[in-house]
Amino acid sequence: MWHRIQAILRARNREFYRDRAGLGWNIFMPFLMVFGFAFIFANEPEDLLKVGVLTDPGGRAAATSPLLELRHIDFLPLTNPDAAMSKVDRHQIDLLLDLRGAPGYWVNLHSARGYLAERLLESAYQDREALPQRRTLSGQALRYVDWVLPGVLGMNIMFSSLWGVGWVIVRYRKNGVLRRLQATPLSAFEFLAAQVLSRLSVVLAASLVVYLGADLLLDFVMRGSYLALLLVYVAGALCFISLGLVVAARLRTEELADGVLNLLSWPMLLLSGVWFSMEGTNPLARLLSQVLPLTHLVEAARRVMVDGAGVIQVLPEIALLGGSALVLLTVAARLFRWD
Amino acid sequence: MALLLEALDLVKVFPGVRAVDGISFAVAQGLCFGLLGPNGAGKTTTLEMLEGISRPSSGRVLYRGRPPDRAFREDIGIQFQSTALQDFQTVRETLELFASLYRRTLPLDALVDLCNLAEILERDTRKLSGGQRQRLLLAVALVNDPKLIFLDEPTTGLDPQSRRNFWGLIETVRRRGKTLVLTTHYMEEAQRLCDEVLIVDRGRIVARGQPQALVREHFPATVVRLPLDAWPRDASLPEGSEVREGYLEIFAEEAPPILAQLERAGANLNALEVETPNLEDLFLKLTGHALRS
Repeated sequence: MWHRIQAILRARNREFYRDRAGLGWNIFMPFLMVFGFAFIFANEPEDLLKVGVLTDPGGRAAATSPLLELRHIDFLPLTNPDAAMSKVDRHQIDLLLDLRGAPGYWVNLHSARGYLAERLLESAYQDREALPQRRTLSGQALRYVDWVLPGVLGMNIMFSSLWGVGWVIVRYRKNGVLRRLQATPLSAFEFLAAQVLSRLSVVLAASLVVYLGADLLLDFVMRGSYLALLLVYVAGALCFISLGLVVAARLRTEELADGVLNLLSWPMLLLSGVWFSMEGTNPLARLLSQVLPLTHLVEAARRVMVDGAGVIQVLPEIALLGGSALVLLTVAARLFRWD
Repeated sequence: MALLLEALDLVKVFPGVRAVDGISFAVAQGLCFGLLGPNGAGKTTTLEMLEGISRPSSGRVLYRGRPPDRAFREDIGIQFQSTALQDFQTVRETLELFASLYRRTLPLDALVDLCNLAEILERDTRKLSGGQRQRLLLAVALVNDPKLIFLDEPTTGLDPQSRRNFWGLIETVRRRGKTLVLTTHYMEEAQRLCDEVLIVDRGRIVARGQPQALVREHFPATVVRLPLDAWPRDASLPEGSEVREGYLEIFAEEAPPILAQLERAGANLNALEVETPNLEDLFLKLTGHALRS
């Protein structure tokens, strides 16, 4: 069985790396995106100040603040004190208003917006005695490129995985390659396993090249465990490859496959927090984003690279993505048709 | 002779069509068995059910007296009518790929010699000519040294020269004791290659037997053909003659009396043809329409 899987794997890999156009696309596209966005967001234009409002886990505030009455400030409700403070530390919010007990606030000494937010806060309190207690942090700003890179890598894995198996298998079915293979002792499981392994190795190799290239050119942060990052991306790639196999299980035309893959990938691209944080967006959109695998992939990768998480901290996402992969793979094997 | 493959009352229904409508036959070991019929007769559909590529709506296929199991795939070789090979592979890589899918294989050199592939061994499969491609597809079908070989319209689309070469190749394969099942809509091909033919039309069998015997069974030994405009206008047509596609056709055991009769009637004999009736004539007689339409 294994030598048959290997044979199909080798043939598929040859096809992939000899197809120069496809190869170029897989490697250079994510670079272009990272650079493009790093350029566009170099001076992130933001009209509003962002102020986090920390309350107890139930969302109840023990106090109120005149600051909340100001207009043109984006108030972001938060309940996790550690996460909220790390946002201040990374300049993701300009000021954190703590309303869990007697009012207090956190501000980052290195943040220009934090300075302005603090002046606004002071002017909102006419009674200087009532001014909330000041606490400071001094972390450096999290650059957009540091924040966006884990997402771009994840997005590239999604596209490469979905199209790499989905499109290819539908093409094989349409032009008769599958029928030809069906007439041999090769089983559907062996064929699918070879496709999964081939695409997984391609996706990981391409991601490694992009990662190293970005490391050379952009000097982004990587604070966590490399093993954790690898496991997150492997689980994510397997999940998307399996999803691609489900799409490709029966479809006979590339056009239809392309449409279905687009239908699946575009909501993820928009709602999974690849380009911008889903915090503070429409609750329905946030709920929807939680069912998308890319959300979990990007969140876990970001937690490793930006927050310095290890394997244990991202285990839930790895398990979720790996489990989804298993379910989708089973469905794909059940649905699979050669013709 | 031992029966290798049997089809028992095969039926295949597609929405709105009975593509194959109760076909039964048996293929003896070591013979070349042909399914002859026009496009859309159900030949390929029948072949696919025999190959195990598609499931019959009803009826059964037996291989060595039993329903085919997984080992069947190791024993058979298939050349599909239209098949793509994986892109960006050379002829050698394609053969190696398929060889590694089987337990038992022919040595690559033997296969290359047999199918005359030495010159194109390192060529990308997308850059092959029609004849080269068919030779490669045959080599792929033979890669596991199969006992039973299915060929679906193996020479359709080839020029006459390549077709003849390919026939030579198939005869070489036959001499190795292989059993072949092929479909074709070329009566010449069936006549040259097949020990036994099944003539099918619209999913049903219209005749079966050895090609020569079949023709002899339905026709006298010769057919005389004369262009219709070579026949004098005022004379009535000779007895037993038929008009087909602008020709006057007269079937008879002996040609000379017919020629004498035509000459007496004042026909212009310059464009006259005397032939042996073939499967094409038989098909027309049995179905009322031509094999190639």
